[in-house]
Amino acid sequence: MKGEEDGFGFADRSGGEKVEQLVQIKALFFARARDLTGINDVLLEVPSGSTTKDCLDKIVANFPRLEEILGCVVLALNEDYTTESTIVKDKDELAIIPPISGG
Amino acid sequence: MASSTTESSRILHEIETLKSAKSDLERRISALESQLHGLNHPHNNGVCIASSTSPSAFPHGLSPDMIYRYSRHLLLPSFGVQGQLRLSKSSILVVGAGGLGSPALLYLAASGVGRLGIVDHDVVELNNMHRQIIHTEAYIGRSKVESAAATCRLINSTVEIVEHKEALRTSNALEIFSKYDIIVDATDNAPSRYMISDCCVVLGKPLVSGAALGLEGQLTVYNYNGGPCYRCLFPTPPPTTACQRCADSGVLGVVPGIIGCLQALEAIKVSSAVGEPLSGRMLLFDALAARIRIVKIRGRSLQCEVCGENSKFKAAQFQEFDYEKFTQSPLSTSPLRLKLLEPNSRISTKEYGDRLRNGESHVLVDVRPEHHFKIVALPNSLNIPLASLDGRLEEVVSALKEEEHKQSSESSGADVQLYVVCRRGNDSQRAVKYLQEKGFPSAKDIIGGLEGWAHEVDPTFPSY
Ligand SMILES: [Zn+2]
Repeated sequence: MKGEEDGFGFADRSGGEKVEQLVQIKALFFARARDLTGINDVLLEVPSGSTTKDCLDKIVANFPRLEEILGCVVLALNEDYTTESTIVKDKDELAIIPPISGG
Repeated sequence: MASSTTESSRILHEIETLKSAKSDLERRISALESQLHGLNHPHNNGVCIASSTSPSAFPHGLSPDMIYRYSRHLLLPSFGVQGQLRLSKSSILVVGAGGLGSPALLYLAASGVGRLGIVDHDVVELNNMHRQIIHTEAYIGRSKVESAAATCRLINSTVEIVEHKEALRTSNALEIFSKYDIIVDATDNAPSRYMISDCCVVLGKPLVSGAALGLEGQLTVYNYNGGPCYRCLFPTPPPTTACQRCADSGVLGVVPGIIGCLQALEAIKVSSAVGEPLSGRMLLFDALAARIRIVKIRGRSLQCEVCGENSKFKAAQFQEFDYEKFTQSPLSTSPLRLKLLEPNSRISTKEYGDRLRNGESHVLVDVRPEHHFKIVALPNSLNIPLASLDGRLEEVVSALKEEEHKQSSESSGADVQLYVVCRRGNDSQRAVKYLQEKGFPSAKDIIGGLEGWAHEVDPTFPSY
């Protein structure tokens, strides 16, 4: 049974006995973050209980060029204010918003 | 029978046509009467109306002309006479008469703000026209403030327009800002944004801040009703590499237009005390996806250097603060001029022009992005964008070899030269530095790039 589940390549979220549950979040990139990653959004899986900071670390690991702007961004989780210690849930959307200066 | 039916329907139709013409005439007559009234009673501000209607009939203080001009505002139950009156008594300063400032000023003038100030030190240029819609071609080469003020006056002669034809600095910002109730940030660079926000905190003024670049826009109201300031959100300035300007990255004209309109809207809401201003929230506009998101942002930070609990940032500190140093970028819009190379690693555009005419054997590498290269390029140049240079050195090698081959058949002797060009002469220096490290010691950049070429050698070469 277990092997069959693994064969499908995803964890059974309803079966509570899994060793490590994963949650899937969507990172949204804006402005300079779009230029640096070349994309508007990305799906990523993190262990259940991960924080916003953990997600950011994982995102930067995938897109190292984002490092340069992380000191100056607004973060929003599901369009709401968030801090780095907020625990993310499945299907959450984490927006990375650097300021635009142009006009 | 049939013919009489046709006849009556013809008559009915004619009656309808005449009625419609009559109502058109009546509308025109009443418009002309009101215009004539305005000419006979200029700037009466509703105080003295020479007619059967006594001034006491308008206790709110809106003149008949104002009632007619702003009637659609007055008809709004949530705005009404009180909203219009507050607006007509308020003063709003728009910093920047560019892509954001243009629509913001047009709407603020049209809507009947009491006093409208405009700060800018730039002149109108042809490459502004696609987005800075307050300016007309006749004003190219003239002050943006003069141009914007003239348009505002044409739209609404009853608004007091104040022209501040100067660059905003820490030395004049406090004095200028103190004359207005609300500040609208319609500037285009990071140091100005910090300076304007700090000045608003020092003076306790609400700030309607908009920004646009490429196909995205942002909008927030700062320092309003205990809400955060710009520094609460961005205590550390962005790295200079992230400070992009429309002149470098491009912008679709209507994008700042939309954000500028929203800035006018927020300024009107704040000044008339109507609705819920966009404080503690940020609006993100994505033109390509046709999506507007509004995200909640942090509240005022107690640790904020400027608006926080124990902040010692007052007028004196503001005047001393070096915003260019803080953000590592210039307040003026003049582009960066790097000097990374020794003089013997560079040649002037004139010198390159001479060598080109003399048929000197060389390879010219253009390191601009591909979409720039498509706009315009020098003949026989090889486009290798700076970002991909490290992976494409082979192409430089083979271009040099090919040139050498051509030369040996002509047997003239000298080495094949390697020149690098870009838009303004900054990236070309970075590229030359890199090429010199990678085994092309004689690589040289063309000083001032294609802009310099157009300026000093070929005036018919297009600028962008
Ligand atoms: Zn603050």
